Amino acid sequence: MDLNGFLIPPAESARRKGPHDRIVMSSRVRLARNLKDAAFPGWAKKAERIRVLEIIQPAIETLPEMKDAFSGTMDRLSTLDKQILVERHLISREHAAKSAGSGLVLNRDEALCFMINEEDHLRMQALCPGLQLRRAWGTMDAADSVLEKKLTYAFSPDLGYLTACPTNLGTGIRVSAMLHLPGLVLAEQINPIIQSVNKLGLAVRGLYGEGTEALGNVFQVSNQMTLGETEIAIVERLEKVLAQIIEHEENARASLLEKKPKMVYNHIGRAYGILANSHSISSKETMNLLSLMRLGVDMGLFPGVDRSLVDELFILTQPAHLQRQHSEKLSAEDRDLIRADMVRERLRPVGRPVTRPPAEPGGGLDKSAM
Amino acid sequence: MLCCICKEKEATVHLTQIAGDKMQKVDLCEECAKTKGVNDPTGFSLADLLLGLGASQEIEQAGGGAGLKCPACGFTQADFKKAGRLGCPVCYQTFAEPLEGLLKTMHKGTRHVGKVPASLRQGRDFSDRLTHLQKKLAKAIEEEDFEEAAILRDEIKQTTARAANTTAT
Repeated sequence: MDLNGFLIPPAESARRKGPHDRIVMSSRVRLARNLKDAAFPGWAKKAERIRVLEIIQPAIETLPEMKDAFSGTMDRLSTLDKQILVERHLISREHAAKSAGSGLVLNRDEALCFMINEEDHLRMQALCPGLQLRRAWGTMDAADSVLEKKLTYAFSPDLGYLTACPTNLGTGIRVSAMLHLPGLVLAEQINPIIQSVNKLGLAVRGLYGEGTEALGNVFQVSNQMTLGETEIAIVERLEKVLAQIIEHEENARASLLEKKPKMVYNHIGRAYGILANSHSISSKETMNLLSLMRLGVDMGLFPGVDRSLVDELFILTQPAHLQRQHSEKLSAEDRDLIRADMVRERLRPVGRPVTRPPAEPGGGLDKSAM
Repeated sequence: MLCCICKEKEATVHLTQIAGDKMQKVDLCEECAKTKGVNDPTGFSLADLLLGLGASQEIEQAGGGAGLKCPACGFTQADFKKAGRLGCPVCYQTFAEPLEGLLKTMHKGTRHVGKVPASLRQGRDFSDRLTHLQKKLAKAIEEEDFEEAAILRDEIKQTTARAANTTAT
């Protein structure tokens, strides 16, 4: 099956809606599982990995939710396909590096994704737009309960689900949300927030997960501890923290607009100016500027523009997505030119940002003194 | 300063690791540093946390330098130090002792309280039942109700036998 034909067009996936999606881009629940009588993928010989793959892959394919799914082994996917999957957050960068003996099963709406022989025999994730951790857990739990009848998991009554790395032991669960936090970044409040979230035993990571930087002001918040707590307790703890972060982000945006409107208009106006007029732009700069445009859309500074336009560009301007639209191999410089052309073209109908009239004459200044 | 592992050669590799509020210093000679995989900082910090240098020394002395080895997959302690990951599910039994401290620092608790596969839920019930019976037995003995104690003792025996047959790990 051809992966390109299978994946949902970015224009469509950018239009998916969910609760609090102006700040929470997506919610995710991942479970790690292993088979009882096999070495973990990192230690198993190739023949054993293939044996495991041949047990797990058919079991997943028979799940009712996996009807019309994409199912394949990693050696059949091109490097470009794999990178596209990473850019869509459907597989990890580690999994993209895998070849024979590893596999992928992805359902029709890309909400359920199974990685076979990544770090564990099975890493499965449910993905929902906006803030819907409970729904993601519900979906994942249900699929897991069907799978456990077909597969014999490595499980110990004391230690729970046994995983290759002791950090995932127990529930094997990773609950995470991808957050867009330009307000906290501009207000320079992001570091104290990250520190206090860390103190609560949660991890804050960048756009592509572990060890990556927060491009485009996008942060991933997830649990770190997996043993000694129930799955639902972990989901609830994350929900509480996320509610707080959302509130802080909304407050930061409101107070920036009130106290430093010029600073906000300046950032957003410049971002628009560069995106709409540049002739060469890197992926990193694009993301950071698109983030500011997204903030502008949220603040009503681009009347008539839907957030999905920005979100679509967020996907389309990434290196592998750009490469896919061109048959010849592009160098990084080529990509920067093509990226700039595409963004300029897509922003042509978008007028420059408006500035909001102050709510009351001089109100902003007076309040800032309080 | 002598290497704190071999205690023979001059230590040339000095590491300081701060984990939480604990600071740990390690001084190694070049040879020991190489065999411990110190060039890979991520692998090392995990191993350090896991075994503590004292422990690894003891094990190496006791086992003639071989350390623990998983009977199911052949994974050794040295492999774990290098990879920071285990070889197979049985490794959790093989390395249970050195893992204990690591799990304590890593997680909220050391006992799983989350989801249990439906097919094993019965096994879990057995162990709960066992604890319950043992408590009753202790109480019966305390109250010198030996007739009741005898019944309970037999019941515990049966439960354990059944549990051993179903929970296979």
